[in-house]
Order: sequence, then structure tokens, then C-alpha cells
Amino acid sequence: MILIGERINGMFKDIAEAILNRDAGVIEYWAKRQTDSGAHYLDINTGPAVTKEDQPAVMEWLTKVTQSVSPLPCCLDSANPDAIEAGLKVHRGRAIINSTTADKWKMEIYFPMAVKYNAYLIGLTMNEKGVPKSADDRIALATELVVGAELHNLPIEDLLIDPLVLPANVAQDHGPEVIEALRQIKVLTDPPPRTVVGLSNVSQRCAERSLLNRTYLVMCMAAGLDYAIVNMDDELLVDAAAAAEILLNRNIYCDAFLKTFRKR
Amino acid sequence: MAVTILKEKWTGNVVEMVIGWGSGAVKVGGENTLPFLHFEGDMPNEPVAALEVWDMEPPDWPGVLSSAFAGVMSDPVAWAVKCVDYGADLVCLRLAGAHPDNKDSPPAEAAAVARAVAGAVNIPLMVIGCGIEEKDAEVLPAVAEALAGKNALLGCATINNYKSVTAACVLHGHNIIATSPLDINLAKQLNILINEMNMPVNKIAMDPLVGALGYGIEYAYSIMERTRLGALTGDKMLAMPVVCFVGQEAWKSREAKTGDSDEWGAQARRAILWEVITATSLVQAGGAVLVLRHPESLRQFKIHIAAMMKEVGI
Repeated sequence: MILIGERINGMFKDIAEAILNRDAGVIEYWAKRQTDSGAHYLDINTGPAVTKEDQPAVMEWLTKVTQSVSPLPCCLDSANPDAIEAGLKVHRGRAIINSTTADKWKMEIYFPMAVKYNAYLIGLTMNEKGVPKSADDRIALATELVVGAELHNLPIEDLLIDPLVLPANVAQDHGPEVIEALRQIKVLTDPPPRTVVGLSNVSQRCAERSLLNRTYLVMCMAAGLDYAIVNMDDELLVDAAAAAEILLNRNIYCDAFLKTFRKR
Repeated sequence: MAVTILKEKWTGNVVEMVIGWGSGAVKVGGENTLPFLHFEGDMPNEPVAALEVWDMEPPDWPGVLSSAFAGVMSDPVAWAVKCVDYGADLVCLRLAGAHPDNKDSPPAEAAAVARAVAGAVNIPLMVIGCGIEEKDAEVLPAVAEALAGKNALLGCATINNYKSVTAACVLHGHNIIATSPLDINLAKQLNILINEMNMPVNKIAMDPLVGALGYGIEYAYSIMERTRLGALTGDKMLAMPVVCFVGQEAWKSREAKTGDSDEWGAQARRAILWEVITATSLVQAGGAVLVLRHPESLRQFKIHIAAMMKEVGI
């Protein structure tokens, strides 16, 4: 299970302020903290406060600051292709591009970009019509993403399909559909695409967020989830991922399995 | 018609271990594919073979085995030199004399033997204790000190005595053998515990306690295979080279110990075959250091390995 730390995101107030003041200390703090908690990647998102024109420069700055204190690769998270490319240009190692939708015009931007920079690409099972409800409709869009990868010569294992998790309190009926979609994505091709979710969204504005997050993570893992963007501060969540890895026979058991899961 | 060869894309590799010093040092491990799949990945180092030397005359070796070392078995130094002459890649000194049921020799005496052997040969040295955990916890640190700078391979460390053995190996710069009885979970845990004592992963070898052909080799084979698949899929705490004590198992078998008979044929040929087949089977599961007893087994084993290491175009 690959965990992507979600914290360097302008949606969080301290990060938004740090971006505004170009205060590297806050970014470094979260980069180090998530690295120490066992993250495999660090998500970087400029957030809503940054104007479109400023996004490339901010993404470049965030990527540089983050990688100055952490050996981890980043998951460059933006709806603005210029911002993503600005991050890719200064990024060390293999980045994840977060993300393209299944819209043709977007795929024509992001797939060649992923190939050019030897990056992984997250593909969302949505298009301009929005997020479909049923697993079948999600799979139809996943198939378009797979075709996009083949068309643009992106190795299928470098495509990370995100079936889009929605909050349990507003879109409860999506919960099982996402799980079914994960199961079907894993049999789409051989080798199959990888799968990813933005986990914390499942508990947005809900009570007992930590419990909902870790329960859903384990359910998704059992259905074929490979990557998740998560709150690395939630130790019980990381423990649950470690335990699920053992119970799914993805990792060989030893008594120190909680510790080994956090080691890279 | 062109055939596309399916190749597995592994994400991990076995760590590369250096045993010995100077120009005589050998390297093991380092592969990023299953054994001998040269078309799929790299296998930079071939499996190597050690011959056993004891610090006392082994009481139960059959004549077809002991005759290969006639005249040297009461002198570990002469015996070790004989092993070099036979073409061994390493000498494996077994300190059986330290066993309380044998001579119960003190750690200093065992260390002196190890030092003398190390001084007489120019190939890397493995030193194995007597197998009694408490005694080895005293003997191996003394040996580690006596062999400081020789970058030897010392063992065996168990879950009960790894602390003193590891501390001594770290202090004096040796490699260590971590042993666990056909238990992959315990093997992984022991590797973690040893690694946490500041022993780098590329200085830890694993001994899964193999069985001989006909005596549980399948169990050892499947554990070794699972260990290797773990290593190749990125489990760093299973990515160590594997040591197989083949001779001690093969020469315990009825097939090796039974004399010439009409039904089973000549003992020498049969016993050596038993040792060779056990060894060549275990290298297919990832064995890196094969500890043998008979020089003819060594010769046949090395012929086999040389053939297996040849790249065959497909």
C-alpha cells in the first residue's frame, strides 16, 4: 500500500498563509513530519487562494522546498497544467501527476506530459458531465483512461485510476459503487492499471472522521486499492493499512509489522 | 513466428554481500530476478560453495567422505589448506569442539583455531559455532575479535543469542548468519532485530535450516522461494543472500550413510549425488552460499553452476 501525505495543500489554513508569505518553514515542517510518519509520496496542492497566473511559480516553490528536506517524490496536484509542468521541471525522482479527467482534451495534455517527464498519472473517472454514480459508469470512464494510456504510450502500470470517493454524509450511495469500481478496474487489463483514492473526502464534514477513513481504507484495499492520499498524522489509519497488508497477504508477516510498514 | 517472452517486472533486488578481504573476497547476491533467469534480469554473482573444516575429528562421517581428507582431519589448518586445493570458494570452519558434549573447548581456544585457519588460507572464511545457543554467544564474539579485519561470515545467530553475536560482528566488521527454523515470519523478524543493532542489511545472510533431498527439501525450497519473491517485490527485510548447510543434512541421510549394496549401488556415487542434487535444487530457490562436505560434490556443483550461469539466447 502506497500512502501519499495530503497535508501540503493550500486548503489548509497554515499552508495557505505559508504560500502567501513564502514561509518555507511551515512547508518544511509538514514535509519532514509526513516523511517521518512513513509516507511514500507527498501531495502538493497550491490551493484555491492562489491565482491561476501565480500557480506555476507557487508549485515550483512548493516542490523545491518540499524536496529540500525530504527524499520523497511528490504528487503534483493541480487543475492547471502549467502549474503541474512547472512542478515537474524542478522535481527530483518520479512524480505523480494529479490529475487528468476522462475528457479527451485533458487527456491530450496530460498523457503526453506524463510520458515526457516519466511520471505516473492519476486519471479520474469523471468528465465534464460530472462524477457518475454507478460502478459501471465509473468503469466506462476508466476504460477511456486506459485507451488514452495506450494511445499515448504510457505504460498501463503508470496510470493510477481514481474512482472518486465522495463524502458519506452527502453521497452515501457512492460508497459501495467505488468499491465495486476498484474491483473491476483491476481486471480491465493485464497488467492492470493501479488504483488511487483521495481517502479523507469520504468523511468530509462527518463525525468520527478517523474511524470512517480507516474503515473505508481497509474496505478499498480488499477490493484492489494500491495508493491513497491520506492524513499521515492519523496513526491508527497507518496501522490499519499495515494490518490490511498482512491480512491480504501482500506483505510477509513478522511481529514488527507495524514498524516495517513505516520503513521504506 | 516471433514469440514474445514474458518478463516479470520486479521492483526489488537481493542485496550484494562481500565476504573476505583483499583479492580473495567473494561477492554473493545482487540479483534482481529469480535464479538464472538471465533473459529477465541480472544475476551478477554466481552461487558459491564452501567446504567444511572441523576443529575436531568428526565422529560420524562415513569413510567415503572422510577418506577425501585422510591425514588432515586432526589439523584444521592442514584441512583448510586441502579445501583450498580442492577449489572451494570459502572455508567453513565448524567449531564442533566447543560443544559441551564434545571437547567443550573454551572460547579462547576456538578463537585460536579460527585465527590459525584464517592465517593459512587466502579465501574467505565462514565460522560456525557449535550450535548450542548459550555457548555460541560466548564463542562467536571471541572468534569475531580474533578475525577482526577478515570480513568473515559468522553464525549462526538465533532469536535467543543474536544480541551478543550481532554486537561482536558489528564491532569487528563481520557478516552474520541469521538462522530460523523453516519460519519465514521469524526469519524476517530476526533480520529486523539484527538490522536495528546497526548491522547493515548487506552484511546479514539468512539460514532457513534446509533439509536434504528426501528429508524435507520441499519445505526449505518453498520458504526460500517465498523469501525470494518477497525480496524481489521490495521487502528489504527478506532481501538477504541465503546460506544452505547442505553437507550436514545430505550426509545424515540413509542414502549417504548406507554402504555399497546390490540394490542401491556404490555408496560413494550415491552419497555424492545426494549432496549435489540437494545443493543444485536449493540454488534454484535462491541459495547463494552452499556449504558442502565432499570435494567431488564441490567439483560437480561448480560444473553445474558454470553451465547455469551461461547466457542462453532465447
